[in-house]
Amino acid sequence: MTVTGQRDRAREAVGLLVLVALLVPVPFLLDDFRQQLAAKYLCFAFPAVGLVLLWGYGGILSLGQGLYFGMGSYFMAMFLKLEAAAQTNTGSALSQFYGSNLPDFMVWNSVESLPWWWRPFHSLTFAIATILVIPPLFAFLLAYANFRKRVGGVYFSIITLSLAAIASIVIIGQQGYTGGVNGITDFKTFLGVDILSNSVKRVLYFVTLGVLLASVLAGRALLTSRTGKILVAIRDREDRVRFSGYNPATFKAFVFAVAALLASLGGALFALQEGLASPSLVGIVPSIEMVIYAAVGGRLSLVGTVYGTLLVFTAKTFFSENFPEVWLYLLGALFILVVMFLPTGLAGLVERLRWRPRARPVNASAAGPALARPARAEIDAPVEVRGGRPA
Amino acid sequence: MILSVEDLTVSFDGFCAVDGLALSVEEDELRCVIGPNGAGKTTLLDMICGKTKPTQGSIRFKEYELTDMIEYEVTRVGVGRKFQTPSTYEDLTVLENLEISYPKKRGVVGSLFFRRDAALREKIDEVARRIYLGDQLHVKAGGLSHGQKQWLEIGMLLMQDPELLLLDEPVAGMSPREREQTAEMLNGISTGRCTIVIEHDMAFVRMIAHKVTVMHQGKVLVEGPMDDVQSDPRVIEVYLGD
Amino acid sequence: MSLDIVVMQAFNGLSLFTVLALMALGLAIVFGLMGVINMAHGELMAMGAYTTYLTAVIFERFMPDWLGVYLLVAIVLAFGVTFAFGLALERGFIRFLYNRPLDTMLATWGLSLIMQQTFRNLFGPREVGVPSPKWLAGAWQPTAGLSIPLSRLFIIGLTVLVGIGLYRLLYSTRWGLRIRAVTQNRAISGAVGINTARVDAITFAIGSGLAGIAGSAFTMLASTGPVTGQQYIVDTFIVVVFGGVDSLLGTFSSAFMIGQMQSWLEFGLTGSMAKATILLCVIVALYFRPSGLFALKVRR
Repeated sequence: MTVTGQRDRAREAVGLLVLVALLVPVPFLLDDFRQQLAAKYLCFAFPAVGLVLLWGYGGILSLGQGLYFGMGSYFMAMFLKLEAAAQTNTGSALSQFYGSNLPDFMVWNSVESLPWWWRPFHSLTFAIATILVIPPLFAFLLAYANFRKRVGGVYFSIITLSLAAIASIVIIGQQGYTGGVNGITDFKTFLGVDILSNSVKRVLYFVTLGVLLASVLAGRALLTSRTGKILVAIRDREDRVRFSGYNPATFKAFVFAVAALLASLGGALFALQEGLASPSLVGIVPSIEMVIYAAVGGRLSLVGTVYGTLLVFTAKTFFSENFPEVWLYLLGALFILVVMFLPTGLAGLVERLRWRPRARPVNASAAGPALARPARAEIDAPVEVRGGRPA
Repeated sequence: MILSVEDLTVSFDGFCAVDGLALSVEEDELRCVIGPNGAGKTTLLDMICGKTKPTQGSIRFKEYELTDMIEYEVTRVGVGRKFQTPSTYEDLTVLENLEISYPKKRGVVGSLFFRRDAALREKIDEVARRIYLGDQLHVKAGGLSHGQKQWLEIGMLLMQDPELLLLDEPVAGMSPREREQTAEMLNGISTGRCTIVIEHDMAFVRMIAHKVTVMHQGKVLVEGPMDDVQSDPRVIEVYLGD
Repeated sequence: MSLDIVVMQAFNGLSLFTVLALMALGLAIVFGLMGVINMAHGELMAMGAYTTYLTAVIFERFMPDWLGVYLLVAIVLAFGVTFAFGLALERGFIRFLYNRPLDTMLATWGLSLIMQQTFRNLFGPREVGVPSPKWLAGAWQPTAGLSIPLSRLFIIGLTVLVGIGLYRLLYSTRWGLRIRAVTQNRAISGAVGINTARVDAITFAIGSGLAGIAGSAFTMLASTGPVTGQQYIVDTFIVVVFGGVDSLLGTFSSAFMIGQMQSWLEFGLTGSMAKATILLCVIVALYFRPSGLFALKVRR
């Protein structure tokens, strides 16, 4: 199910338009509280969209996107916190003594002066640069190093998992510098604009929606480009692609970096809207949860994934409020059911229901040839490529 | 002499698959490599295209030493390999399969901004016609028949335009008529290129080979024109005797 | 730093090693055979721990005189329960995800969430502890400065026993032979008449059972809660990946090294930084040697 057929394109366009039609009126139709919930959900659509590119089309399951979401949110939070610290009494008093504003949690933790790596975050330019550059750069280097050595599949997933775990541990452990388990919170303004006010939050909602839509369109452009086709070819037959003259490591690392960038954007917007950067969104549990947003909507559908994220979060909010015990059962069941019975998610379901079943290619399973393991031609993964079943 | 293999050796866990092999192929030559199963024919191709590393020996292609290179590097210097079982990109269409094989802009950035221009489209159409898939350009490769997939792979190789063509049992699983068509295709394709074909079907070999190399137990047994080789007593013994 | 402290630190590392080793062995066997990572492996350990807890409770209520032996019964029960559960799991669930290792990770993660919530519902959100049998109370004091708790010695002994038992199972029994055969070459094993489906099921069950024993051992070290399994899962993965999936010795050595490193680093760094450093070191080490510590030389 690639994004090239005419029918696919039409369907996607319709899905996107419907999404826009549903989401744009939200601030005018729902109360502030629910509108802000919607804004929060949209932030999580970013890593999900990244996963569609990375996992659905690239075949790489990252169980650690929380790391990059966290980077984005913490970088933004650091900027916002320094701005807020300049406005409190403690902060400014100390700043006269130490020469710079200290966030409250640092004061509580007896940190005496602002660490050198916090200082540049006084500047918005720097903060934005870190949000946009560091996660994809780090991701690219990590991924390239591994893929060059043909580390893939399960092994690579475990590495991504471990990095998210490490990040979460370090953040919690270093509470003097990171706010610890409570995270960084209590922001007040963004460049002087009061981000706690409802009207600003409404604007932020549209900004988030706009950036999300731009990301979806950019993702689509990527998939329809030659790069996108090569990614699909790599996903299905990596070794064959080498013999077409491509170095799969660079392509895979590239899409991994793109996914990291998207996650970082989502995190930054989240910090701006929710006023919080927290390690509870960095570790393995939230990271793996991000995968389910992509899976429910459809790991092969950029637009479907946004729907999926919204659906899962709506369910999460509903159940957590009313039947908290049930939520984990539901989430667990969701993982199992989607993986076993609905691998292409809701988008796949829509595709199957809307059009009359047409003659399917000989070896396509119901889930689409992309998701069945390709036939083991003898050029299939040599035993050195880790992550597949051993010979 | 465009391909020169010297003293090529590789062992797997003590089993010597290729043993001090020497081989050279000229430009514009179509060489068939035949031999009983286990003779090391596929392993030889594996080593030339970079899939397997020899333990010893050298493979010189033009001015490159292929044993120092990995698969995509070997491909980029002009070597094209076709595998025994058809391996096309099932989820992409015939057109996309051919387009991906176009040997320009193989980096990430290049592919991002790659545009399919009229010249490329023409080339794709031409190649598709040669492989009898001219009207199937928008069919997903997964939906082709076995024989058509083999042809698509040959088409992909044509797009790649390699100087050294390595074909591993290109007519396996084909009907006699398809074999004839493939022989025609190959004879056309191999002009101007250096081609090595592994095959078992002797009639097919006769249709295409300029020269034949017989391998046995990792070494070259006999080399020469098909007639000489077929009547060589050593070859007969190796295939029928023992 | 006196010798006593050195030994104590080394010993702490050993305790950690035991739990890691037992968990990792179970995971490694399954991963080496089927290429699947069971993300619910930690919950299987918790299942073993909770089984031990239940056994203790039952003994306390109905057979208080026999309380001394409850632990031994519990270990056997923990193995039995998790073995049976693992068997059911493989037959009823895992085998449908044959050849889809990434999807298996996700599905088993879903299972782990369900299991965690079940534990929460059955046993409450707070951690539970087990009584220490009298014969394990106290410590061994070879010198004045050294005090090694007997319970920890017991666990080390248990781990060594399990290791030896596993080794004998794999190398001296027919089942072990079948498991090794299928691990090395599934197709040929099937062709010579080995029922690979049965082997998969039994191996998965054994792996689960080992996690159960790990859980039982764990109760001697700390209390168990619904999320205890999740806390050890990342470490277990790292141990398995670092040790290479091809050899028991590799898994053991890997667990040992990582256990020791953790203990020693905790001496200098805080607990969390030590853990983070270890994980990071292993990831870097894996870059230089992607197939792990003891990977066998595999044929291309």
